Amino acid sequence: MNFDDTSEEAAFRAVARDWIQANAPKELEAELKGGGFGNNGLKSVDPIQVAKAWQKKKADAGWACLHWPKEYGGRGATPIERVIWGQEEGVYGALSGLFIIGHGMCGPTVMAWADEETKQRLLPPLASGEHIWCQLFSEPAGGSDLAGLRTAAIPATDGSGDWIINGQKIWTSGAQHSDYGIVITRTDPNVAKHKGLTMFWIDMKSPGIDVRPIKQANGQSGFNEVYFTDVRIPDSQRLGAVGDGWKVSLTTLMNERLSIGSGMPTGFPELFDFCMNLQTEDGLAIEDRSVRSRLAQYAVKASGLKYTGMRAISALSKGETPGPENSIGKLVAGATMQELAMFALDLQGQGGVVSDPEIAAAGARFQQMLLRSPATRVEGGTDEILRNIIAERVLGLPGDIRVDKDVAFKDIPTSGRG
Amino acid sequence: MNFDFSDDQKQLRDQARRFLADRCSPAAVRAVLEGEQSFDAELWKGLAEMGFLGAAIPEAYGGVGLGHLELCVIAEELGRALAPVPMTSSIYQAAEALMLAGSEEQKQAWLPKLASGEAIGTMALAEGMGRATEKSIKATVSGGKLSGVKSPVADGDIADVAIVAAREAGKVSLYLVELSGPGVSRETLDSIDPTRGQAALTFKDAPAQLLGVAGDGWRLASEVLDHAAVLVAFEQVGGSDRALEMGRDYALDRMAFGRPIGSFQAVKHLLADMYVSATLARSNAYYGAWALSTGSAELPVAAATARVSATQSFQHCAKNNIQVHGGMGFTWAFDCHLFYRRSNGLALALGSQSTWEDLLIDRLRQRNDAPAAA
Repeated sequence: MNFDDTSEEAAFRAVARDWIQANAPKELEAELKGGGFGNNGLKSVDPIQVAKAWQKKKADAGWACLHWPKEYGGRGATPIERVIWGQEEGVYGALSGLFIIGHGMCGPTVMAWADEETKQRLLPPLASGEHIWCQLFSEPAGGSDLAGLRTAAIPATDGSGDWIINGQKIWTSGAQHSDYGIVITRTDPNVAKHKGLTMFWIDMKSPGIDVRPIKQANGQSGFNEVYFTDVRIPDSQRLGAVGDGWKVSLTTLMNERLSIGSGMPTGFPELFDFCMNLQTEDGLAIEDRSVRSRLAQYAVKASGLKYTGMRAISALSKGETPGPENSIGKLVAGATMQELAMFALDLQGQGGVVSDPEIAAAGARFQQMLLRSPATRVEGGTDEILRNIIAERVLGLPGDIRVDKDVAFKDIPTSGRG
Repeated sequence: MNFDFSDDQKQLRDQARRFLADRCSPAAVRAVLEGEQSFDAELWKGLAEMGFLGAAIPEAYGGVGLGHLELCVIAEELGRALAPVPMTSSIYQAAEALMLAGSEEQKQAWLPKLASGEAIGTMALAEGMGRATEKSIKATVSGGKLSGVKSPVADGDIADVAIVAAREAGKVSLYLVELSGPGVSRETLDSIDPTRGQAALTFKDAPAQLLGVAGDGWRLASEVLDHAAVLVAFEQVGGSDRALEMGRDYALDRMAFGRPIGSFQAVKHLLADMYVSATLARSNAYYGAWALSTGSAELPVAAATARVSATQSFQHCAKNNIQVHGGMGFTWAFDCHLFYRRSNGLALALGSQSTWEDLLIDRLRQRNDAPAAA
């Protein structure tokens, strides 16, 4: 039992470290370190430009999309090398936030389902950061119940074989910056809901697409609504067979799970540091027994997540595939950060209400955590869906009884259709 | 990176599981719970013969000379099976204390007997209610004779030798006391977990031999407790997993409202949360195992982390296992209460949860770079 690299891993790490050392935009390091909780901290520069520049630099040197094959702009690296790269890239990894969905989910889906010519054309500029991609899955009527989506694709009546898309997507991260997307649509409402879906890739500049940023509860706007009004796309942009959209979407979602190793923040190091320095009427906060008890509970969660990640990386290192047990990361991190933020504000007394970074303790980090953390518990699978995944796929418990099973989609009652 | 047990260690775990499936069924645990015996002497002998007691004891002292990682995987299986044996007292504490601080003569005298199961050891720190701290030690030693009352002492009713914290000229040291010798009387105590005995030991001028350096007793005791905390964490992790499995199996089997209760989200989420606790505890226990086996300076932090996490997990899994079982879980006939009893017994065994929470925070402060985590 050890945390040591194998000799191959150590050699790879040394090469990666040297390259990053020589090429990273060091002038941004301090700003990036102040980021987190919904933004990468960059204020002095255009975050999209610097992200694209860093990605291009990496791509030119063979450090883009490590897990992709070389012919599509990747490096053909092993999963463990990808993890090591992430550890070495450190704060500069935040620059790539814009590309996470494209590289981690859209790209692999295109790779699995598109024809060779399409892959050669679309993937290299995605890898190099020239193009930004988004994933158009969730809808107002289909969040946790993704297969309940209603955006319709119907064959054009002119015999061209094209498809006409109408409907609305929501929670689309980065849509306002995206050049392309993958979109899942309903092509047959007369069969059971999972069976009538079809996936396409789409040019986000297509006529009829309207992107509207959503103002979030914390005041930021990372997500969008995307409206489709008679958007025409050729059949050549279809990914997988008509009616196989659910199967194609599983490729996308499986790839999401493989993105491990970075670890979700809980806010614990910040809270511990805060309590070490906070003077209260009775002395330092960290001397208070009730504070210590809470800190210890958060400490073992943060540590448990860290070492669960180490176990997953070890499995990768041995060539094993991480399983659904990794669902615990976001489940634990999200809830912990929310509780911890409330606790940190409580320690600040009435002053905890102030969120001005010039005045609030710790540059208002805990206030930002408080306002951002509800999203963590919802995005990419709610706490409840994650618990279902653990219960069903890890513990082997039965799925819920589905009243919409084997019912034609058009006959399923929804809140939107009365 | 290989933050996992080796294939050989996993084989040892399988071997221990098979052995315990055969020799430590729930019926065997119940025999101790309901009988007069405060431990399963046959099982203890069997564990010795398998080399499990001596796994981390060097061959020169009658052990098998494997190491602490091997002892961790054995501990996990003992925890799963709720083995009613004095492992915590005799191996995780007494043997560890002797290995850490015993003189050559003391090691020769006791380690082979502990490894063979011929003698049982224990550690006696607490003197009644409240946290055991250096200040709370009132037992005294003068001219090689120890006097005072230690209570509760785990396995104090069956132990042959105790490592006792006592004060000589004002300073706390640890002493070896033979419990069959003069000046020792013992009284068995009822406890929430009768599958691991408790006793009060009264010493009146009992012959006592210094263990380790005079005045170094509390530091040494803390170090022993850190070793034991990692090993007990593995028992707690094993117990967590088994309690979770029992709950899962019952939820799959039990029908209500025309369907398995495991298909209700309220029950599924209860079990999913138990899985989360058990997973975090396992990962933290591995951290403890790594620190213990490599002699890392991180051991104090790692042991407290493993301990706090494992205690939380086992209590959580054991209490919710009863909840999943509903009324049947509260019957004497179902095994749920055995896990509930053990989880709460172990939560206090090396000092209470709040004690370890305090230790963890102190140690994180000392390390002075906030965790590791995130």
